[in-house]
Amino acid sequence: MADFQRWAPEARKHLKRGPGLWTKLKLDPWLLILLLAIMSFGLVVLYSGAGSSEAAVQKQLVRYGLALLAMVLVTQINLRHVQRWIPLLYLAGLLLLVAVLLFGVGAKGAQRWLQIPGLPRFQPAEIMKLVVPLTVSWYLASRPRPPKLMPVIVAIVLVSVPVLLIAKQPDLGTSVLIGASGMFVIFFAGLLWRYLIAVMFLGAAGLPLLWMGMRGYQKQRVLTFLDPESDPLGAGWNIIQSKIAIGSGGLNGKGWLQGTQSHLDFLPETKTDFIVAVLAEEFGLIGVCLLLTLYFLVLLRGLIIAGYATHPFDRMLAASLTLTFFVYVVVNIGMVSGLLPVVGVPLPLVSYGGTSAVTLMVSLGLLMSIHARRPQPT
Amino acid sequence: MTWSNMNTQSQEASQFKARLWWSLFFIVLVFAGLIFRLVYLQVWQYQHYVTESDDNRQQLQAIAPTRGLIYDTNGALIAGNRASHSLTLVPEQLVGGRRGIDKVLAELAQVVTIDQDDIKRFKRRLNQPRRPYSPVALRFQLNEIEIAQITVNQHRLAGVRIVPELVRYYPLDKGFVHALGYVGRINDRELEKLDRTNYSATHHVGKLGVERFYETELHGTVGHQTVETNARGRVLEVLDRLEPVPGKDITLFLDAQLQQTAAKLLEGKRGAIVAIDPRTGGVLAMASAPSYGANQFVTGISNANYQALRKSDDLPLFNRALRGRYPPASTVKPVIALAGIDSGIISRKYSIWDPGYYQLTEGGRFYRDWKEGGHGRVDMHKSIVESVDTFYYAISHLMGNSPMTKYLAQFGLGQVTIADQPEATKAVLPTKAWKRIHRNASWFKGDSLNLGIGQGFLSATPTQLATMAMVLANKGQWHQIRMIKAINGQAVTRVSDIGRTDPKQPENVELRRVSDWNKIHDALIDVMHGTHGTGRRSGADSSYKMAGKTGTAQVLGIKQDTTYDAEKIAERFRDHGLYIGWAPAQDPVIVVAVVVENLGGGSSSAAPLARELFDTHILGVQAEASVDVTDGAENDG
Repeated sequence: MADFQRWAPEARKHLKRGPGLWTKLKLDPWLLILLLAIMSFGLVVLYSGAGSSEAAVQKQLVRYGLALLAMVLVTQINLRHVQRWIPLLYLAGLLLLVAVLLFGVGAKGAQRWLQIPGLPRFQPAEIMKLVVPLTVSWYLASRPRPPKLMPVIVAIVLVSVPVLLIAKQPDLGTSVLIGASGMFVIFFAGLLWRYLIAVMFLGAAGLPLLWMGMRGYQKQRVLTFLDPESDPLGAGWNIIQSKIAIGSGGLNGKGWLQGTQSHLDFLPETKTDFIVAVLAEEFGLIGVCLLLTLYFLVLLRGLIIAGYATHPFDRMLAASLTLTFFVYVVVNIGMVSGLLPVVGVPLPLVSYGGTSAVTLMVSLGLLMSIHARRPQPT
Repeated sequence: MTWSNMNTQSQEASQFKARLWWSLFFIVLVFAGLIFRLVYLQVWQYQHYVTESDDNRQQLQAIAPTRGLIYDTNGALIAGNRASHSLTLVPEQLVGGRRGIDKVLAELAQVVTIDQDDIKRFKRRLNQPRRPYSPVALRFQLNEIEIAQITVNQHRLAGVRIVPELVRYYPLDKGFVHALGYVGRINDRELEKLDRTNYSATHHVGKLGVERFYETELHGTVGHQTVETNARGRVLEVLDRLEPVPGKDITLFLDAQLQQTAAKLLEGKRGAIVAIDPRTGGVLAMASAPSYGANQFVTGISNANYQALRKSDDLPLFNRALRGRYPPASTVKPVIALAGIDSGIISRKYSIWDPGYYQLTEGGRFYRDWKEGGHGRVDMHKSIVESVDTFYYAISHLMGNSPMTKYLAQFGLGQVTIADQPEATKAVLPTKAWKRIHRNASWFKGDSLNLGIGQGFLSATPTQLATMAMVLANKGQWHQIRMIKAINGQAVTRVSDIGRTDPKQPENVELRRVSDWNKIHDALIDVMHGTHGTGRRSGADSSYKMAGKTGTAQVLGIKQDTTYDAEKIAERFRDHGLYIGWAPAQDPVIVVAVVVENLGGGSSSAAPLARELFDTHILGVQAEASVDVTDGAENDG
């Protein structure tokens, strides 16, 4: 028995575990546990951020359930089998974005939602968060790598069109995320460093153009970011109050439900974009570091999955989705802690809201799907 | 399969893996940056942000002390506090925020009256540094209808609040304003002089009279509380509280019933009444007519109403009791007579033959008596009882300026002796030096004759006349003339008891022969009760004896150059009636001075009013609506 085991280690493995439940469901247990941990922690903070509202937590639980379901469904799809539908998906997404600009509904001067009779209201931009990296991965996977100049330009156009359409809604946060996701694909396709640096310079040179294209309130946000004290009661209020919330949390925090900034309404958007300030105020530096650690492990797992993937499409997509998740985290925390201008990016899997939770879980489901179909050892 | 295995598979795979490593490196770098930022905020800057957070939620609020109450001598409330409601806006909560202010103001203007002044002051307050979500006052003193209107429309007036506060209220209003003064909203000029901390929650300050003089005592000391508020400024919890010290309650000598009687007696007239308790110097009544409502000044009088008061020919805003300068006329005769006999210039038996006039020199100017044909043989007693001018022409010519002004000063003329009425004026006691300075002329003999009958340069306020009557009644005994009787239940005999400066007050009048007081008193009693007394009509049929002296001032109205209404001018050239006196004659409990403008001689216009006051005070009889003054047949000097 011992000899058999020594000579056939793989066999012993199969004997012991067989095709487990995880394998059957095509789920990645590591990723799943990390996501559940983040969600649970998020719900604890949300309860406080929503003003001790059980209703909000219950509602969010239902959304998480739906998002998990969506993730499980997505992991069942073999991306390679549906690849050819991707360009169609992309075109449909563009059409929806144009429709939003023409018929969209929304509030505060932004048209982001589409109301199609018979369907729940939805944001087409949210779908594009998945479609754009899928499309660019599909396109570059079918070209020689590292990509030549022409395919890179085509890829940039593929990214830019939806990004511009979304920026026009206007939804700066989402267009930044989508732009980043597309660029990450190009990066992982092996774009030469010199082109990369050239693109960065071009981007820097394009900043003034971007400034001119921005709407009044967007410009205001940037100005406020540069000098929040210039309008402490108006545009600067949010960022000043969130810095106070974070700073006054200290190392250990004021305790759960004890945050004065959050509970006395000084802090804005405590359920959504600024929820990390609630976390920082009530759980202190230790609490934020715990969450950051969980996020870091998710990112690490994502990179490992990308590393295991062999098909160019798979690995470009996996790496891009992972880094997009990273951008979510950094933009949100950077914004709330006053490092970045205020753009509406939620804290992944913690902020209140269903749409972004579903999109994120689907993208993680794609990661799991890729991992489940990685080449098995022979 | 391991990473090293993959490396060998293709150039592309190894390049991809390198990029993954780069990504990991980048992620670690950025996360380190985020953590560094958090450490900076939460550890390095911790103290700073804890302070900011506490400043956010904790506010130090000033609490206005309750203004002290004012009671009359019997404990009746004559100045209290009542709730008043102001209209405030919280700009952050308005529909459309701060940019929506003009729209909200326009909307409010349809519900309550808001004038341009209100809006101007509101905008000024709005631009001062303030916390977010703190209310900014737009209008004060909403009436019940306005409160109802706003409440009904509240649903579309987000950020509009009605804030209650306590403000002064004068339950007896109009008849008391010249005695009490009033409080009004603090203006910029006053703000500079007041203690900013102590007045940080106070909106009103004493503007006139007792309210002004006792501002320090009535105001109290501001309190503070630290409260926890949310971002909308709503107080959630009081963390600690230092109670304000309420202002002290003041009891005045003022007798509300007597004051009301005095005000009623003066209704429809121009004039003043001052009554003093000769045993204490306390002012029992102080009325000036016409009068005006004090409460409208607390609530903020409209400009139109204020201009109407200011421009009225009858000068309702003018406090005649304290500031009206009238020739005292014959009311000074008792003092002039005393000056004559006490200085030894005339003997106690001195008498003259009165032909109805007096001449300084043969063939010179006639100084006429009020009675054509004269009074015949006149001694001091008769000169007072019948108010014989010629007698006083004669003795004042003998005395000249200085004994007369010296004695008049001892009775309080030419100086302010009332301690707690800041508006009081000293009027004019014309010494030789005064005339040199103010008229740039020397004292003439004719000036002495005018002075001897209380005319000419001499003038006195009704308060001074009452004071003079008090010293006469008291046989020279002085008391500090004052409104205040007690503060917080503790008696005040002079204002220096509560740390104020006493006004300069003459020494008690010591006559060389004390029995001279009785001579004067007997004469003054005969004025009221003698068969020839000028005040006999008013003294008749009384159960008690009184003493007094009438006077008729042949002087124009206080102000006669404002209108050219012929009838009015004629009316305003008529004599002023004056009266001083006390009762009961032997054991006085009340002295009064009455001045009635342009209604003829004192015996018919002023003395009857005094009688009503005496009856009210001594017998408790309420005055009838008005005293008939049409009967002016009897006249005096």
